[in-house]
Amino acid sequence: MSKTYEQLNITELHAYYGESHILHGIDLQINRGELVTLLGRNGSGRSTTLKSIMNMVGRRTGSIVINGNETIETAPHHIARLGVGYCPEERGIFSSLNVEENLLLPPTVRSGGMSLDEIYDMFPNLYERRKSVGTRLSGGEQQMLALARILRTGANMLLLDEITEGLAPVIVQKLAEVLTQLKEKGLTILLVEQSFRFAAPIADRHYLMEHGQIVEEVKKDELESKKEILNTYLGV
Amino acid sequence: MTMIFGVPAAAFFGQLLLGLINGAFYALLSLGLAIIFGLLKIINFAHGAQYMLGAFAAYLLLNLLGINYWAALFLAPLIVGIIGALIERYLLRRITHIDHIYGLLLTFGLALIIQGLFTNLFGVSGNRYPVPSELSGGINLGFMFLPFYRGWIVAIAVVVCIAVWFLIEKTKLGGYLRAGTENPALMQAFGINVPLLVTLTYGFGVALAAFAGVLAAPIYSVAPGMGANLLIVVFAVVVIGGMGSIMGAIVTGLAMGIVEGLTKVYYPEASNTVIFLVMIFVLLLRPAGLFGKEA
Repeated sequence: MSKTYEQLNITELHAYYGESHILHGIDLQINRGELVTLLGRNGSGRSTTLKSIMNMVGRRTGSIVINGNETIETAPHHIARLGVGYCPEERGIFSSLNVEENLLLPPTVRSGGMSLDEIYDMFPNLYERRKSVGTRLSGGEQQMLALARILRTGANMLLLDEITEGLAPVIVQKLAEVLTQLKEKGLTILLVEQSFRFAAPIADRHYLMEHGQIVEEVKKDELESKKEILNTYLGV
Repeated sequence: MTMIFGVPAAAFFGQLLLGLINGAFYALLSLGLAIIFGLLKIINFAHGAQYMLGAFAAYLLLNLLGINYWAALFLAPLIVGIIGALIERYLLRRITHIDHIYGLLLTFGLALIIQGLFTNLFGVSGNRYPVPSELSGGINLGFMFLPFYRGWIVAIAVVVCIAVWFLIEKTKLGGYLRAGTENPALMQAFGINVPLLVTLTYGFGVALAAFAGVLAAPIYSVAPGMGANLLIVVFAVVVIGGMGSIMGAIVTGLAMGIVEGLTKVYYPEASNTVIFLVMIFVLLLRPAGLFGKEA
């Protein structure tokens, strides 16, 4: 493996929504090209961790270094410009835009993003429905669109929130293939995932979250030896 | 003499033209309100005062600096639009995190202050603004007499409305605006400077009001209260068209002007209330407005 480069380094991150204290001192590191998941039950703080990285929560303290830049004081619209692509849990497809307008909407943040043609090669369904209103697509197509949209921007770190939620197995399979392809391209991916079976074969590492804290780090080759711990926290 | 439904043709078309002119103002003003409401979710009660500021800006540019109508048509909206952007940046932005009803109160208060200030400075009676010499006079169309300036108002208002519609519905910048209207937080996560977009949008909506004010200056008297009277009708137009709909604001504005004009021909007593009657019917049958999306 080539020299590792730290893409994301979070230390002692606390996040708050109004009066409620959601994250209690998160520490996590991701190297360039890694695919890392945040596993845990609903409400354990996984989505909030992604939103905190994007500065979309009420208040945050601690340190979040992205590509070598401290971002704890950075305005939300400058974070994407550091090469971050965010795909929210609710997908965020715009109903006032058609599929192609949705695809072209996020501004380019780095060079080297995928072209429209490459995206349509990867997701042929989107090409066929490029003139449809974004929210008329099926759930699976909307998910592909939400993912494809940030691939065009050239972001080299993707924050993906529950992308397999509620989708048919065949679509989930397709998403696993896409993530593997993106990893091969060298993209760094932080994935919030409910389904351990989806995450296990494709991820390099997993962080287990509970009550707004990271309770365990599990590397790919430790999946067997830490089965008990995974069972306790995920009930798999 | 030619008669149309029992009315002399000249009277019919004369009122139709007056209706179209009023409609042009309704369209321009409700368009600005719709754009502002879309992104800021604020009902801009200062819109009438900003329309009045546009007319006064043209009047002052002419009388203090000798700047003519054509330059004022561009400069007055620019000046008033910048004032609008400052209002957003330093007043409205401070209250974005609380209920949008406070935005209504704040803009309403601003309108009263601006109108009061201008009443103090210029009195309540109107000031005359000359019709530009290029557009004085008119033409006899056979069935009616068309003053050039009045034709110009309708034509330029329609052109500006269509240009704004195109900007919002067909361009990248308009895409940002539409998407920002739906989900500003996500737009910001994509790297769009949403606070700046909000400031510019408010400034643009205000500039449209000021543009309408400049158009109005030569035909209505330039008076501090000119916007307040008009704004009530414009709000009714916005409700009929559907809050936040761009095309709805334009079409409804022109249509309501015509409805009002024709009512003047056939039942003059109702001409001041007809738009409100239409509003009541629309609210009963389609609460979201003719072009609005059901929530």
